[in-house]
Amino acid sequence: MTSEPAGARSPALETVTSSVTASESALRRFLHGLPGVDQVGAEARAATLASRSVKADAKRQLIDLAISCIDLTTLEGADTPGKVRGLCAKGRRPEPDDSSCPQVAAICIYGDLVPVAVEELRGTGINVAAVATAFPSGRASLAVKLQDTRDAVAAGADEIDMVIDRGAFLSGRYGQVLDEVRQVKAACGPAHLKVILETGELATYDNVRRASWLAMLGGADFIKTSTGKISPAATLPVALVMLEAVRDFRAATGSQVGFKPAGGIRTAKDALKHFVLVHETCGDDWLDPAYYRLGASSLLNDLLLQRQRMATGRYAGRDYVTVD
Amino acid sequence: MAEQNATSPNTAARIAVRKTYKLYIGGAFPRSESGRSYEVTAADGSFLANAALASRKDARDAVVAARGAFAKWSAATAYNRGQVLYRVAEVLEGRRAQFVDEVGAAEGLDARAAGLVVDAAIDRWVWYAGWSDKIAQVLGGTNPVAGPYFDFSIPEPSGVVAVVAPQHSSLLGLVSVVAPAVVGGCTVVVLASEERPLPAVTLSEVLATSDVPGGVVNVLTGRTAEVAPWLAAHMDVNALDLAGAAPADVQALEVAAADNLKRVRRPDPVEDWAAEPGLDRLRAFLETKTVWHPVGI
Repeated sequence: MTSEPAGARSPALETVTSSVTASESALRRFLHGLPGVDQVGAEARAATLASRSVKADAKRQLIDLAISCIDLTTLEGADTPGKVRGLCAKGRRPEPDDSSCPQVAAICIYGDLVPVAVEELRGTGINVAAVATAFPSGRASLAVKLQDTRDAVAAGADEIDMVIDRGAFLSGRYGQVLDEVRQVKAACGPAHLKVILETGELATYDNVRRASWLAMLGGADFIKTSTGKISPAATLPVALVMLEAVRDFRAATGSQVGFKPAGGIRTAKDALKHFVLVHETCGDDWLDPAYYRLGASSLLNDLLLQRQRMATGRYAGRDYVTVD
Repeated sequence: MAEQNATSPNTAARIAVRKTYKLYIGGAFPRSESGRSYEVTAADGSFLANAALASRKDARDAVVAARGAFAKWSAATAYNRGQVLYRVAEVLEGRRAQFVDEVGAAEGLDARAAGLVVDAAIDRWVWYAGWSDKIAQVLGGTNPVAGPYFDFSIPEPSGVVAVVAPQHSSLLGLVSVVAPAVVGGCTVVVLASEERPLPAVTLSEVLATSDVPGGVVNVLTGRTAEVAPWLAAHMDVNALDLAGAAPADVQALEVAAADNLKRVRRPDPVEDWAAEPGLDRLRAFLETKTVWHPVGI
């Protein structure tokens, strides 16, 4: 596993970043100079990889890897401390009958509930991820977004999921988006920053590629597809384009950025397709919770049902997993 | 027509449109996920058709469809369920000629005998449809208890019922095992007679065109010994009717069904499908809920 300490900026990265972000026009020239995405080709490639079948022992291992990469998420207006505590308990021990089942990577919640999750997860190694910056729309002043981030970090969040200003991005104010990402990154301090592009609102794959690079140039530790509030969310072609971006970014700068598809991944079969895509696009370096996460809520139950099916040899039933 | 055929060589040479006998899962007619099919022969051994050979994954999909349909079907009023099932009988009646042909070929009966079987099957369906809003009065009721309670019991559907349909009685037997489960509010995955599956596929076409919501009845055709164990062991199946299981397999199926405490109905080796059915099958897939309601306080 090639990994570097989070936040360490390699000299190559500094060189690339300072040259392309020197001015608004340099940034625009760089982003529009990225190769265009062949839409038909990307969709065909994603569909081909999605048809690959994973069986038996490989499937068993992949299910466990998928569980350990999950950011178990609840982002509802109706979230209560009790619900968050329940989610934390489930994340710690997804399969109460089976201690060989791994725990999830993180619990992803709204910022005001961070103290509840921090209390529940102390000493478990599970991270607390908080959404911030006026999630999910991102429509607030920069001061509010920064304060939102600082509050979550002060409450103990290990990871911050920010949204980019899609309005600014779509009207071509790339410098403003970059600046916001940089300032939020600074406000994060030691916390990891995941930047949500909300690809469902970006209209084209070219935009997805540009936004991915923009977020990485701004200092993102992870780029993430969606908030989960908009459909379509984490489609396979979008994941392919973003995975190519993190791969190319490492090739250009030596810095490895993580990827998190979120939204619409509900079944184990969907998750396995995403893993095939990662393996074929980026290779094994990304098959690790440090560089790959799945944002999901109902996915975990389906993975557990598949796990039970593999362990017992009979089909499992929804009566034997929790009701979330 | 005969004259036209005689004078027009084109009409005489017309190639018949052969029917593809497929599965019925969640209101749709898919081929088997496995892509397999098997030859179905008439009672005299002549070739009838190719039917889909269901795999364990088709059984899994059928259970998912049945589970998905359960909430709405079990919550429908008994009157509404009765109306829907009566509608099935109406459409069965309209397809009578087709069923007579298929049952006759499958069971080796002449047109008159096959007609009697089809009539009995339609009557059986109507008989069960009528029970929908009456069964609660018969199986439920108020209980005299020594305390200030109004105490009553009502029958409730068990959930998803997996049915191994009778092997010899291809339509009457099938109707006699499917109708009692659905009339009570259960949803059904039925494994049709292995050697005589065609009337079951035609019955599913009737169900698809008669207001029965998709997923309430799912029909699989294939090898009983291959698919039945997966249904018996499935943790999301709540009850099992082994009417058509081979006597040698019954014990293993019962053992597989024990893990989630399925209700299992054992086969009767000398079952006469033409006889008056009684309430036994209706009762088998209903669970009794008893409520103690405080009064006089």
